[in-house]
Amino acid sequence: MERSTEQPKTRSVPIEEVEQVVIRFAGDSGDGMQLTGSQFTHTSAVIGNDISTLPDYPAEIRAPAGSLPGVSSFQIHFGSTDVQTPGDQPDVLVAMNPAALKVHLPDLSRNARVLVNTDAFTPQNLKKALYESNPLEDGSLADFQVVKIPITTLNARALKESALPKKQLDRCKNFWALGLLYWLYDRPLEPTLDWIRAHFAGRAEIAEANAAALKAGFVYGEVGEVFTTHYKVRKASIEPGVYRKVSGNDALVLGCVAASLLADTPLLYASYPITPASDVLHGLARYKHVGVRTVQSEDEIAAMGIALGAAYAGNLGVTGTSGPGLALKGEMLGLAVMTELPVVVLDIQRAGPSTGLPTKTEQSDLLLGLFGRSGDSPVVVLAPATPADCFAIAIEAFRIAVKYMVPVVVLSDGYLGNGAEPWKLPRAADLPKIDVRHPNDPKGFLPYLRDPTTLARPWAIPGTPGFEHRIGGIEKADKSGNVNYDPANHQLMTELRLRKVEGIADDIPEAAVEGPLRGDLLLLTWGSTYGAVSQAAKKARAMGRSVGHVHLRHLNPFPRNLGDLLRGYEKVLVPENNTGQLRFLIRSRYLVDASGMNKVSGQPFKIREVLAKIEEFI
Amino acid sequence: MSEDRSAVLSRKDFVSDQEVRWCPGCGDYSILAQTQKVLPSIGIPREKYVFVSGIGCSSRFPYYMNTYGFHTIHGRAPTVATGIKTANPELSVWIVTGDGDGLSIGGNHLLHTIRRNLGVKILLFNNRIYGLTKGQYSPTSELGMRTRSSPMGSVDYPVHPCCFAVAAEGTFVARAIDSDTKHLAMVLERAARHEGTAFVEIYQNCVIFNDGAFDSVTERDDGTVHLVDGEPIVFGTNRGKGIRRKDGALEVVTLGNGVGEKDLLVHREDEPDPGIAFQLARMDAPGFPVALGVFRSVRRPTYEEMVEEQIRRAREEKGPVDLDALLREGECWEIK
Ligand code: SF4
Repeated sequence: MERSTEQPKTRSVPIEEVEQVVIRFAGDSGDGMQLTGSQFTHTSAVIGNDISTLPDYPAEIRAPAGSLPGVSSFQIHFGSTDVQTPGDQPDVLVAMNPAALKVHLPDLSRNARVLVNTDAFTPQNLKKALYESNPLEDGSLADFQVVKIPITTLNARALKESALPKKQLDRCKNFWALGLLYWLYDRPLEPTLDWIRAHFAGRAEIAEANAAALKAGFVYGEVGEVFTTHYKVRKASIEPGVYRKVSGNDALVLGCVAASLLADTPLLYASYPITPASDVLHGLARYKHVGVRTVQSEDEIAAMGIALGAAYAGNLGVTGTSGPGLALKGEMLGLAVMTELPVVVLDIQRAGPSTGLPTKTEQSDLLLGLFGRSGDSPVVVLAPATPADCFAIAIEAFRIAVKYMVPVVVLSDGYLGNGAEPWKLPRAADLPKIDVRHPNDPKGFLPYLRDPTTLARPWAIPGTPGFEHRIGGIEKADKSGNVNYDPANHQLMTELRLRKVEGIADDIPEAAVEGPLRGDLLLLTWGSTYGAVSQAAKKARAMGRSVGHVHLRHLNPFPRNLGDLLRGYEKVLVPENNTGQLRFLIRSRYLVDASGMNKVSGQPFKIREVLAKIEEFI
Repeated sequence: MSEDRSAVLSRKDFVSDQEVRWCPGCGDYSILAQTQKVLPSIGIPREKYVFVSGIGCSSRFPYYMNTYGFHTIHGRAPTVATGIKTANPELSVWIVTGDGDGLSIGGNHLLHTIRRNLGVKILLFNNRIYGLTKGQYSPTSELGMRTRSSPMGSVDYPVHPCCFAVAAEGTFVARAIDSDTKHLAMVLERAARHEGTAFVEIYQNCVIFNDGAFDSVTERDDGTVHLVDGEPIVFGTNRGKGIRRKDGALEVVTLGNGVGEKDLLVHREDEPDPGIAFQLARMDAPGFPVALGVFRSVRRPTYEEMVEEQIRRAREEKGPVDLDALLREGECWEIK
């Protein structure tokens, strides 16, 4: 990587190499921590580190400045070996004010580095953070390596030439802190300087001030004599290609847009605002030029109905929500099952029940997704494993929905939705085509005459002459689709709907094992737990343990070989962010004595938690 | 399939092969017959019609129409219709609902569909009772009405569906009655031709659970008034009475003795102030005749027109789409 000529070149402080680092930037919502974090991420990605990130916003929209609920943070995990989670614990906490310190200190291990902006530790701010004494002075931080820096003062000094008012200059202090962290971890300033130039184009004074703050922070690292070492993280061995950073919600948006293009069929997304799914609505609303129609509906039920109506009319109909919304959509999803229309439901799960913890993650809608409707109403259920996988899973959802004329529920979650990782951009030509078929010969057309292989019924759309027909929620007669109350017909149709979904198992990949095919312990996971569990299993194997890991992206139907795989191990452990929903399914379906590891604190698994559990089990 | 089938359509083309299963004497038959009679004259090919219904006696309607049809779930027809119309604005989408389906369980969707001015027709069959569930009071049942679920009389105040539609900023709001088939056909045709939400309340007699609900209105000469655009509102035997608007309120006046048609309220369907349509829609016995006809008909851009316009503009601004380029938008970097 070529260094910028603008960058100071002195190298008096020794540099040490490390494999992986976790930094958490924390401050008041107004301190620009999300921006700081994403700039650090981008720069790290550009120089070839592997990365994974997780932002944490306050639940309150405008919490009072300096208060505990007003703290906003951004965690980044970067390294030279494969990084699959945003990191168990921060190695470095950057705390821009007392509230940020108070909120995040409990997450730190002993000896972690804590970098504080001492200027913010005023009596007033300490009071807002409910500190009775100043933690910087009362010895309560003895377990940590505290680095005290008057960031506001140093930033103001660096910008004293600027004509901007003091208040505006102070707002540059996050760039000063970023510059310091760039020095500490040996990153180039150029990507951020480029960003500043582009972002503040036309506002030269602000651009200059931010750039100067960034450089001043960097120089301070070199000459400030606060640090005795700085660190280098080598490039990861990453597959060559063009990358961009995506969050799970970004990737769902792109996946939906791609599906529309791959299917050559317009997409209609209907949704009611709900955390943490609203970003999918915001994202898709920006793709009108691709023909994407977004409808912000009056409620959750309407969103499902609108998506279903769009599917009936021949669009890719899709709705998105979070748990409470999925509960409301149940009846309409039942209608989708009965009318066998290709509608997709995205559930960005959050901690429940009821309103629960809207900004915290959980995987507790699995059984709701599978069974949460009246009657026997099978649907296909999929779950992405990582933020970037949300792209592929969205395409897979539409592929299955239109091929089999069946509703598909996608279970993402808040952790995947907001978390981000680098994504190697696929080439459009390599993506699967989505084959959309509408019947064109009205002779012999019957709305419920099925394809013998897929059991899909024909997708005859309004506006096509000769196919006028009626569908609805009352049981359909086999083939003709007429209203039918005959007992034998209901038995047949119920079985057909079930067989159709079960048959999809022939059209999905078999489950793959990471690690040995037989052994002492199998870890079985689905959804966002993939990263932490995969890493833990890898570590356990490195320690000589016989641990396999199977991760499911298809939850209904399960891959054909799952039962056989499960029987290859002494013990089966199912780590989930719920109280045991996949375990419940596995036990009843395969009669396997699976155990659970169940974390429902609103937080994702940490690698070492899983590792400890593996040790306990073997 | 010939392209110009619409030119030769007749009533029979809209009759499906399904046996109609309403009770003999039900008002629904007349509404079905008038709809089947009117549609061939509109000039839209049959395959472009979609009838969407919820749950209730009225909601069997789509099965009897030889068009596309979707019998959805209780109260939710407007949502499915919204999806259909937004996905394909070229379709003529008709929602068939009832007083329970549309105003009770589906009240929220009805409000928002009308407010958006989505280009759909809404036929609300008002029989002031739940028929399919065998006789409970509905949101339009009179206070005190005795039903199986209100043996001592209902303690719910009713809503006037057309007032609801006017208040929701409906661009076309009308009322008809099943027994006056000619007038009903006229209203249906007007609705069919309206661009934007066309809301039609149809008084519909349920012979089983609420027989004669509208007799008090229909049996008296001065029980109803037919609204005619641009004309003073007169009614009664020999057109001897009229509606006057005085100090912002409506009143019934007898013509003669110095009161002439010039003193009466002249009905204007495109009156900018929807308040007058609201007042007319709210007229009821005793004291007032019930108004039949079109309360309000104004043109404003429909929901789907605005959606399409945004798509057109976005396409114009951003040009043709290429998936590879689209994925590479935003901050990308290359690893070599
Ligand atoms: S119950 Fe009433 S509304 Fe229903 S079909 Fe019979 S007469 Fe008609």
